[in-house]
Formats: sequence, structure tokens, C-alpha cells
Amino acid sequence: MTTEVITDIAQAEQGTSLWQDAWVRLKKNRLAVCGLIVLLIMVMTALLTPWIAPYAFDAQNLDLGATPPSAAHWLGTDIFGRDMLTQILYGGRISLAVGFIATTVALLIGVTWGAIAGYVGGRVDAVMMRLVDILYALPFMIFIVLLMVVFGRNMLLLFLAIGAVEWLTMARIMRGQVQSLRQQEFVEAAISLGLPTSTIIRRHLVPNALGPIIVYTTLTIPGVMLLEAFLSFLGLGVQPPQTSWGLLISYGADTMEEYPWLLIYPGLTLTVTLFSLNFLGDGLRDALDVRGSRD
Amino acid sequence: MWRFIGSRLLQAVPVILAVITATFFLVRMAPGGPFDSEKAVIPEVRAALEAQYRLDQPLASQYFAYLGDLASGDFGPSFKYPGRSVNELIAAGLPVTAELGFYALLIATLIGGLAGVLASLKPNTAQDYVPMALAMLGICMPTFLLGPLLVLLFGIRLEWLPVSGWGDLPGDKILPSLTLGAALAAYIARLSRAGMLEVLSQDYIRTARAKGLPEWQVVTRHALRGGLLPVVTFLGPAFAGLLAGSFVVESIFQIPGLGRFYVQAAFNRDYTMILGTTVFLSTLIVLFNLMSDVLAAWLNPRLRAQYGSSA
Repeated sequence: MTTEVITDIAQAEQGTSLWQDAWVRLKKNRLAVCGLIVLLIMVMTALLTPWIAPYAFDAQNLDLGATPPSAAHWLGTDIFGRDMLTQILYGGRISLAVGFIATTVALLIGVTWGAIAGYVGGRVDAVMMRLVDILYALPFMIFIVLLMVVFGRNMLLLFLAIGAVEWLTMARIMRGQVQSLRQQEFVEAAISLGLPTSTIIRRHLVPNALGPIIVYTTLTIPGVMLLEAFLSFLGLGVQPPQTSWGLLISYGADTMEEYPWLLIYPGLTLTVTLFSLNFLGDGLRDALDVRGSRD
Repeated sequence: MWRFIGSRLLQAVPVILAVITATFFLVRMAPGGPFDSEKAVIPEVRAALEAQYRLDQPLASQYFAYLGDLASGDFGPSFKYPGRSVNELIAAGLPVTAELGFYALLIATLIGGLAGVLASLKPNTAQDYVPMALAMLGICMPTFLLGPLLVLLFGIRLEWLPVSGWGDLPGDKILPSLTLGAALAAYIARLSRAGMLEVLSQDYIRTARAKGLPEWQVVTRHALRGGLLPVVTFLGPAFAGLLAGSFVVESIFQIPGLGRFYVQAAFNRDYTMILGTTVFLSTLIVLFNLMSDVLAAWLNPRLRAQYGSSA
């Protein structure tokens, strides 16, 4: 019997049926499907923004000033006469990019860390997870503020800092998964066939732990986007001339007494996006039957 | 029990030391010295200033001197406002932030706990869906959006409540506390619902029902304690969330608390001030996590038995 046969059997039993099953269950969850559709639209518009935005990003019209929504400016204009819809579209590119890139950073670090700790076990595992425990206890929100102050308000750093915070839970989830998978026959078979550790982790452990990873990733993105918006609102995140939803909300809050639409539309966009991501994450968790991945 | 507390305290020490060390060196690594300002400073003045803030000494001895200061309870001076110290600002801001945090926590536990328990008693009915949908809204609606929206509605349009301040006008504490507590209430509602659902399916609840206890007694006497355990464990992280939220809420409502001082110090690049407040706030968060762990262990009979032999 060869490796392929053994792993094929193992994956045929768990893999395909699980994914098809999950898709059927997800389709039945109306909120999750809505979330998925909204997100697809958001991502599409963010990608196509330079072509579909009604006005240029830096187009000002100081004579026009702040106007409520109209036929020419669907979501109104700000005090510089800039089109709000255009601002939200361009801001969305940055907010979504921060969400996806920082989550990817967290995903890569967390999965690798957790997989190694869970697979190698023993003293290495104890040391690695002890480090995660210590980092867990650090108040990261304060540290991110500190980092932004010390290294200037730099977008790349924003991605890295947020990603560096979020990998801890991912590492814990991955370690738990790998520990339980390790006991199973197909992994033992792979070990006894003398496959290198890196191949076993890459080819057998990570694919089989995908469910919880996907669910937790979906639930990490809204957290990351919220963090970016929080920093931008305080003036410590994305800096002008670039913009993000958090920054737009911050401007809107300053002038909400006279021009409430400048607060309401960016706020609504951010909230709807976070809603969609959370519903999709919850839906995926039910569909993939993952327990306790949130906390 | 005491052994448990002791071991947790021992674990907190390296964390706090790591925080102090990381913060200290991060702040020192910042590009540009604190006195590299626009104005040229006379060399003698500069030397005197650097001596005052110990910048003329090697980094290692600065670090140990700072540790010594901390040990004697001195969090350091402020660069930007000579004559003011971090200790003074903490003394001025902490009571305000603590009061704000207390009200927010109170609102969050009462509303969130009640909503979660009610939802768990009739799962998959309107009594479950409505509070849980609201909780989802509370989680997705960021503090920095909810605050301005509440101000817009209750402060500006309806003119029911003051739009800013703390303790200056009657009722001006309501909106900030509500804003800060909302997200927390949402989390607590979800946690307590999940916890209660888990407990309500246990055998001892069936036993309680089987011996004919009225439902409200089953809930209050038997289910609540176990069902609310996840909430207690959550209170430690919640405190860190409250502090971060207070940065925003205190900025929106112009409340002279610790969070606002911290954000101002970050904005002004007041390095010593950031160092001092970061160390103080981090220590506070670590200690709060510790307290919530201990409380959870004390409420959980299984954990208590594990550590309780020496108590």
C-alpha cells in the first residue's frame, strides 16, 4: 500500500463530503448568504473603484461646499465639495486591504506557529505556547497606539502591527487541531513511511484543519477592520491624503451637527460590512460544524 | 486557592516586566530625540535638560534607573509640560475613568446579562432573536460611531441630554457610559446566552426540574451560577476593551480621564508621558486579568477542588 492510497482514503472520507455538505448547509443560512453577497459586491467595487467612482479622488469643489445627497452626488459632498460616494469607495479600498492583508499576516504566523508546536510537542510545544500565553496577557491595544507613535503613522506598519496581534488565537486553534489530528492513523502512516515533517504538516495536517481556520479567519477580518478604524478615528491610523472608513467617520463626527450625512453614510458602510463578515463567519461555523472558535 | 492566586501572581510578574522593558526600549528607539525641536537650543540648556531626564547616561543605566523609579511608585515626568508628572495626571484622570468604566460595566452586565439569560430560556423564538440581533448590532457598531450617533440623536436633535462633559451638567454621564457599555453588553449577552444554553441541558438541571422546583428557581438557584461563568472569565479581557474604548469615548465627550490623556500624549509625542501611562495601564490590565481568573476559579467548583486542598 502506498502513501497516496492511504491519504486518498482518508481524504475521500472526510474531505469532499465535508465541503459539499458544508456548502449545502451554508446555502440554507439566509443571513450568511446575504453576507457573502454583500461582501462580494464590496470587494468588487473596491477593486474597480478607479473606473467606477463617479468623481476623481482628489476632485474638490470649494464653491459647492457641503451639500446633502442629490442626483449629482448620491451621498452628498463634504465641506470641500468632495463627492462622498467617491470618498467611501476609495476609503473602502484601504479599509478592506488592511482587513485582508493584516489577517493574512496573522494567518501565516499563527498557522505555522500552532502547527509546529502541536506537531513537535514536548518541550518545544511548552516553550512556544508559553510565549503565546505571555503575549496574550500583554495589552495590545495600548501597544499598537505606542507603535504608531514611535514609528510614525505608516500603513505598512499598521498592517504588520495588527497582524502581529491577531495571530495568537490562530496559533492556539491550529495547535489544538494538529494535536488531535496527530493521533489519527493516516498521520501515523505518513510518519512511518518516513515523510519529512514539513511535508506532513503541509500536506496532511493543514488541509485537515482548514475548517476552523477558515471560520476563524472570517471572524478575524472584522476585528482587524475595527481596529484600523479605531486607530484612524483617533488620528493614529491612516493619514490624509489617503482615507479610510474610520477616518471618514472621524471627519463626519466633527461636523455632524450641520452635515449629518457625512457621519451616517461612512458609518453605515462600515457597519454593514462588519455585519456581513460576522454573519458569514457564524454561518460558516455552523456549516463546517466548528465549535468554540470564537473565544 | 491561595496556591492558585500565588502561582498566577508569579506569572504576572514576567509579563509586567516584559511590558516595562518593551515600552522603555521602544520609546527610546523612536526616531529623533525629544529635544530635536524646531528651535535651536543653547548647548548648555540642552545638556542641563538631558541631564535632568538622564539622557546623558548610557541606555542600560537609564533603564535600571527607570525601574528604580517605578519601584518607588514614580512613573516619571512629562516632556511637553515641564513640572507636570505622570503621577499627577494619573491621580487626576484615574478617578474619572474608573467611574466611567464602572457605570459602563454596570450597564453592560445588567442589560447584557438579562438579555442573554432571557434569550437562553426560550431559544429560537422572538425572545431569543430580538436581543441577539441587537447584540450583533452592538458588536458591529463601533464605539466611535455609536457615540456620535447617540450625541446627534439625544444631544442635538432631541436636546434631552448634554453633548459633552463629565459631572458639569445633570445627566452628562449617561451618554458616555451608555456608549462605552454598549459593545460590552452585546458580548456579555452572547456569552451568557451560550453559557446558559450549555448549563440548561445538563443533568443536574433536569434533576432540579424533576424534583418539582418552579422554573424561576431552577434558573436562579442552579443554572445562573454555572451559566454566567463564561461572563466572569470574560471580565478581564473586557476591562482591556473598556480602557481602549475609554480612549474614544473620552475624546468624543471631552472627558478629562486617563484615556484622553493617553491619546493626547500619543498625539503630542510626549515620550515620557507615553512611557509612564503605558506602563501604568498595562499593569492595571494584567492585574485585572489576574483578578478575573481568580474569581472564575473561585466560582468554578471543579477548579476550586483542584487547588482548594491547601485553602
